[in-house]
Amino acid sequence: MNNEIIPKQPTYYEEVQRKGYSRRDFVKFVSLMTAFIGLEQSAIGQVAKALETKPRMPVIWLHFQECTCCSESFIRSSHPIVADILLDKISLDYSETLMAASGTQAEAALKNTMTKYKGQYILCVEGSVPLGADGVYCMIGGKTSLQILHEVAEGAAAIIAWGSCASNGCVQSAKPNPTQATPIHKIITNKPIIKVPGCPPIGEVMAGVIVHYLTFGVIPELDRIGRPKAFYNKRVHDTCYRRPFYDAGLFVESFDDENAKKGYCLYKMGCKGPTTYNACAVTKWNGGTSFPIQAGHPCIGCSEENFWDNGRLYERGSSFAGFGIEADADKLGEVALGVTLGAVAVHAVATNFGKSKTIHEHQAEGNESEHELES
Amino acid sequence: MANKYLHIPRLRRVYVWEMPVRFYHWLNALVIVVLIITGFYISNPLGLLSHNDASHQYTMGWFRYLHFAAAYIFFFNFLFRLYWGFVGNKFANWKQFIPTSRRFFTEMWAVFKIDILMLKKNGKEQDHLSIGHNAMAGFIYFLTFIAFLVQCLTGFGLYAGMSSWWLPKLFAWVPAMFGGDILTRQIHHWSMWFFILFAVIHVYLVFYHDYVEGRGEISSMGGGFKFIEEEMFEKNAHQTPNPEKKVK
Repeated sequence: MNNEIIPKQPTYYEEVQRKGYSRRDFVKFVSLMTAFIGLEQSAIGQVAKALETKPRMPVIWLHFQECTCCSESFIRSSHPIVADILLDKISLDYSETLMAASGTQAEAALKNTMTKYKGQYILCVEGSVPLGADGVYCMIGGKTSLQILHEVAEGAAAIIAWGSCASNGCVQSAKPNPTQATPIHKIITNKPIIKVPGCPPIGEVMAGVIVHYLTFGVIPELDRIGRPKAFYNKRVHDTCYRRPFYDAGLFVESFDDENAKKGYCLYKMGCKGPTTYNACAVTKWNGGTSFPIQAGHPCIGCSEENFWDNGRLYERGSSFAGFGIEADADKLGEVALGVTLGAVAVHAVATNFGKSKTIHEHQAEGNESEHELES
Repeated sequence: MANKYLHIPRLRRVYVWEMPVRFYHWLNALVIVVLIITGFYISNPLGLLSHNDASHQYTMGWFRYLHFAAAYIFFFNFLFRLYWGFVGNKFANWKQFIPTSRRFFTEMWAVFKIDILMLKKNGKEQDHLSIGHNAMAGFIYFLTFIAFLVQCLTGFGLYAGMSSWWLPKLFAWVPAMFGGDILTRQIHHWSMWFFILFAVIHVYLVFYHDYVEGRGEISSMGGGFKFIEEEMFEKNAHQTPNPEKKVK
């Protein structure tokens, strides 16, 4: 973020005041955000200062092959300032879903931001880009989403890939992926990309990523897969309040059984918590109300790569393509074990015929030695 | 007196498996059994109906603890065996496992014909002598080493996230390479079946060789010795996958 180049823009704090929020509301928001992005208490001042002094950051939010659940999640994040200030009223220069303008006006707004804030703006992408059939599966204003993405990404300071579609392709890229839906990082390789996977991602997580960029001017620390560590460095399993039941070996065996009523671990119901990295069990959803496991439903691993192709939602073992719907690794293994045992048995029987002479010779030798000892 | 037994071949005692190799073998067998049993439990735990509070028991916790402890032993044991492939005797040498010569493949083919298909030559049963591993077995063990590697990589890769020690953390790139823990876990689970199938065939073939050849195949992993007919020893001593080095 370079302050000189974006003059006359109101700061976030000015906008907050203009919208009628009190200083107290603002500080509450700042504290909340600082905690969400995993900073220590002393950083609250830094975040507040950034929001007080830095001008608003232009944001272009593109929608491609998606269902808009990411936007829905974002505007429902727990603190109203998130939606009100960060997104809806201030930052968003272009967003097909949320902007008032349409048609040529909208296109003009996009163009305007792209030229005026070249190299400054944040590009948020929601949805995957279809590469199949020259991209005709997703076109806006006569351009394919691939063209639009290339054009807009050109002048972006950083790209945020919102949700699983943009991060890993999500449901559109599930086999056989008819539209060749492709996540953003496989198309744009010369810009910093922050992946915020989830279907949808948690609203607070989304806001936290923006606030972090705003405060420090650099993208947050990412893990090896490109997700912000502050939110994606722990397994849902390791932060789950039902974890003690897992360690104790107490599991729900079927939905609505006695164990389910007792709130036992949902591991055997196919919970993907042990292999899913997200903040669901910590931040929770809808203003900290609940999250799937708390509602008695196993985690489906929506923030993990290829989650639609990672096997059945309610079982931990994954099916094997080409071996029938019910064939998982263990069933296949059992069959292989049976075949192996059968082959071994056949070989054992055949040995007594195929090697009969050798075996008899050894036997005769052995017998003779035994008789010698007797005499 | 010796003349009386001339038609019975004299056997020469050959020290094949050194103490460290035997120790490695049995420790490996033990931890693999532990890893498979605990692994099965972890992947699909038994249904327990209990009136205890969660705080009163630690069933899954103990299974996981055993799995991780056995995994560490497995890992270091594996590393030790790799080391021994360079400093051990010729039967333990890495050349017994990795095909580096045309002879290796020739012998593999011979073993396949003699021990698997049990083909006869001119109506006569054939005998094949490999004092250490035969080339086929050596190559299969090479595949098991690859399976060991896969299990170490995926296992410690999955473990890296919950560990604070640098060693497992060295494997953190593995799940990232597979796009996450889900696929990594599945590869870990699938590969486990290789060990089960291997164990069945391995144990069977040991019995087979002992039964057909009578050279002490089974007990060799106990005391380290195999017993080779004098004339075979003279004639075929070089018939190991390591033709450059003759048995001294």
